[in-house]
Amino acid sequence: MKRFVIAVLVSNISGVLTRVSSMFTRRSFNIDSLTVGETESSEFSRITITFRGDDYIKEQILKQLCKLHDVKEAKVLENDTVQRELLIIKVKNTPETRQDILSAVDVFRSKIIDYSASSLCCELTGETTKINAFIELLKPYGIIEMCRTGIVALERGSNCLKSN
Amino acid sequence: MKISGAKIFVETLIEQGCDVIFGYPGGQVINLFDELYLNQDRIKHVLTAHEQGASHAADGYARATGKVGVVLATSGPGATNLVTGIATAYLDSIPMVAITGNVPCSLIGRDSFQEVDIVGVTMPITKHNFIVKKVEDLADTIRLAFKIAKSGRPGPVLIDIPKDVQKSVCEFENKPVEEPYPMTKASQKLLEEASKLIAKSKKPYIYCGGGIIAGNASEEVQKLADKIDSPIGCSMMGISAIPTDNERFLGMQGMHGHYASSIAENEADLIIACGARFSDRATGDKSKFAKNAKIIHIDVDNAELQKNIPVYLGINGDIKDALARLIELVQEKKNPKWTERVNQLKKEEKDMTVNPDSNALTPFNIIDIINKNITEDTIITTDVGQHQMWAAQRCTFSKPRKFISSGGLGTMGFGMGASIGANFATGNKVVLYTGDGSFGMNLNELATAVTNNTPMVIVIMNNGVLGMVRQWQTLFFDKHYSNTTLERKTDFVKLAEAFGAKGYRVFTTDELEEVFPKAFAENAPVVIDCAVDCNEFVLPMLPPGGSIDDIITQVGGDF
Repeated sequence: MKRFVIAVLVSNISGVLTRVSSMFTRRSFNIDSLTVGETESSEFSRITITFRGDDYIKEQILKQLCKLHDVKEAKVLENDTVQRELLIIKVKNTPETRQDILSAVDVFRSKIIDYSASSLCCELTGETTKINAFIELLKPYGIIEMCRTGIVALERGSNCLKSN
Repeated sequence: MKISGAKIFVETLIEQGCDVIFGYPGGQVINLFDELYLNQDRIKHVLTAHEQGASHAADGYARATGKVGVVLATSGPGATNLVTGIATAYLDSIPMVAITGNVPCSLIGRDSFQEVDIVGVTMPITKHNFIVKKVEDLADTIRLAFKIAKSGRPGPVLIDIPKDVQKSVCEFENKPVEEPYPMTKASQKLLEEASKLIAKSKKPYIYCGGGIIAGNASEEVQKLADKIDSPIGCSMMGISAIPTDNERFLGMQGMHGHYASSIAENEADLIIACGARFSDRATGDKSKFAKNAKIIHIDVDNAELQKNIPVYLGINGDIKDALARLIELVQEKKNPKWTERVNQLKKEEKDMTVNPDSNALTPFNIIDIINKNITEDTIITTDVGQHQMWAAQRCTFSKPRKFISSGGLGTMGFGMGASIGANFATGNKVVLYTGDGSFGMNLNELATAVTNNTPMVIVIMNNGVLGMVRQWQTLFFDKHYSNTTLERKTDFVKLAEAFGAKGYRVFTTDELEEVFPKAFAENAPVVIDCAVDCNEFVLPMLPPGGSIDDIITQVGGDF
C-alpha cells in the first residue's frame, strides 16, 4: 500500500465536495485526508486528497474523478511536490513539564498561540512526518485536544493543474 | 418577453427535441403540468400508474431510439419512486433526463410536506444532477442536462425544480441544440498495436457489449469479424447488436450464455472486447476468466479499462470510429482450425439443447412460436429472472435496439413501463416476456397500456415460483425453497379483463399457436398466461463466482 496525493480542480459551486467524497465511498476507496479551498480564480476550488492503495486504486480514482462533471482536472502529485499540513495542538501545562514542552516547540519551530495556567496551545506546519513526530513527542505531557488540516500540496517549479 | 419557469421548462424540452414525456402529477409540479396542458398539441405527456413505471417508460423510450427519455415527477415520494428507474438507466448507460418538482426554496431543509433531498439521494446513480434555485438558470440547466445525458457514455441526469422557480419569470430565448461533448478518438498507435495482436492471433473472439448499440457500431463489428475471420459473442446488453442469423454470431456468453459462446471465449487466444465492461455476470471468477487470451478492450469510458479485468491493451475512444480505423489497419486473414473448432462447439451446443415433447409448453417452445409470428421490427422487452435469460438465449433479432432488458441493475418490474415507452418512441409492436413474479411488481401499468392502446403482448411464463432464486436454491441451497413458492391465487385472465385488456391462458403449444397471432394482431395490450413447469432451469449456468470449468449443462433428479 502506497500513499498518494491527488490534486483536483473543481467548479466552485455547492455540492461539489459531496460529489467527490461520495464517489470515494461508493467505489469503496478510503480517504486519509481531504482539504478544500478556493483557488486564485473564484470559479474553481482545489481539493487535495491523500489516500493509500495500490496502482489499481490510484488509476481508478483518477479516472472516476475525471468522469464527474464538476471536475475540471485531476492529477496524482508525484515526488516533486511541496506538501504541508497545519497542526494546532493543546497540551497540559504544568510547572514540571513546561520547560520540556517549550524546548520541543523551539526545536520543531512551532509557535505558541495560546497560553493559560493549565494549558499550552501551539501551531506547527510541515510535512506529515514532522507533524506526526511532534505529536508523538507531546503525547507524554498530555494532549488535551488537537486538530490537523490534512495535506495541501503544489508541484515544484512552474508545473500546475491547468484550468481551461 | 418574460415567461414563467414552467413555460421555460416546456419550451426548452421542445427545443431539445423531446416529443413525449412520461410522468405523474403532484403538488409541487402543478405549474409544470399546467404548461403541459396548454401545450398538449406540441408535447405529449403519458400518465402512468406509478412514477416507477414512468421512469422505466422513459428508459424504454431511450433504449428503443437512442434519444433522451424524459420523466417528470413531483417532490418527495414522487421523486423517490423514480430512484429504481434512474438506477436502472445508470447501470445500463441509458440517456435519460428526470425532472422533479420540489418545495419552494424558502421551505427547503425544513422537512416540509413531501420534501426530499432528491439531488442527494440520486447523486450516486446519475451522471450528474442539479437543483435549480434561480429561474434564470433553468433553461441552460435543462440544455446542459440533455447534453450530459447523451455525451460519451450516456446516462441519466436529474433536475430538481423548486416550485417558486416554476412560478418566477424571466427572459427566454430558444437556442440551437448543442452537439454532445466530443468523444475521445482512439489513439492510432494503440490501434496499430491492436492490429498486430490480431495478425498474430490464431483464435480471435469478438465480445460486444451494449456500447455497440449505444455507439451504433453493429456494422463495424461484423465487418471486422469478416476481415479477421472471428466469431462474435456478446454480453446481455449487446443482444440485438448482431443479427442472430449472422453465422459468426455465437450469442450471449457468461453466466447463462450460450455454451459455444462461453467455451469459445475461454479457448480464444485473443478477445477483442468492444463496448463491454466485463461485469461479474459475464466473467464469473475473474482469476480464471479467459486465461488463454490476451484482451484488447475498446471503450468510450476510460474508467472501464482495467476496472473489472486486467487487459493487455486498453483503447479509449468512440467505438464506431475506433472499429472503422481498426478495420482499415488489419490484414485480411483466415483461421480455418479455429473456425472448425467453433463449428464443433456450435454442434455440441445444438446436440445438448433438449428438444422436449413438441407440445409441451416449455420456455423455448413458447419463444420459438413467438419468433415465428412477429416481425423484424417487433421490440422484445423483458422483466428479470429465468424468463429474461430464456429470452436472451432464444429470441431472434435482425436489427439493433430490439431487445430491451434491465441488465446491470436486474430490475424486476422493468418490463411494463419499458414496453410502453418503447412503443411510444417507435410505434412498433412490443412483446414483453415476463414471469408471474416480475409481472406482479408493476402490473399496475397495464392500466396505462390499456388507456393508450399500447399494442403489446404480455407473455407471462407462469411457473408459480420465483424461478431464478429457486434455481439457485435447488443447486446451491439444498432445495430450501425459502419464500420462492408464490402460492398465489391470481387469475391473470380476469386481471387483464379487470384492467380492460384481453387475457388468455394457455397450457399447450397448440393453444399458444392459436392464441398468439390473434393477440399480436390486436392494437391493444393482451395478456397470455402461459403455464410453465417450475422445474425448468436456465442452462447452461456458470455458478456465481465459478469459471468455465464449472459449467452446468444439465440438471438431473427430482425437484
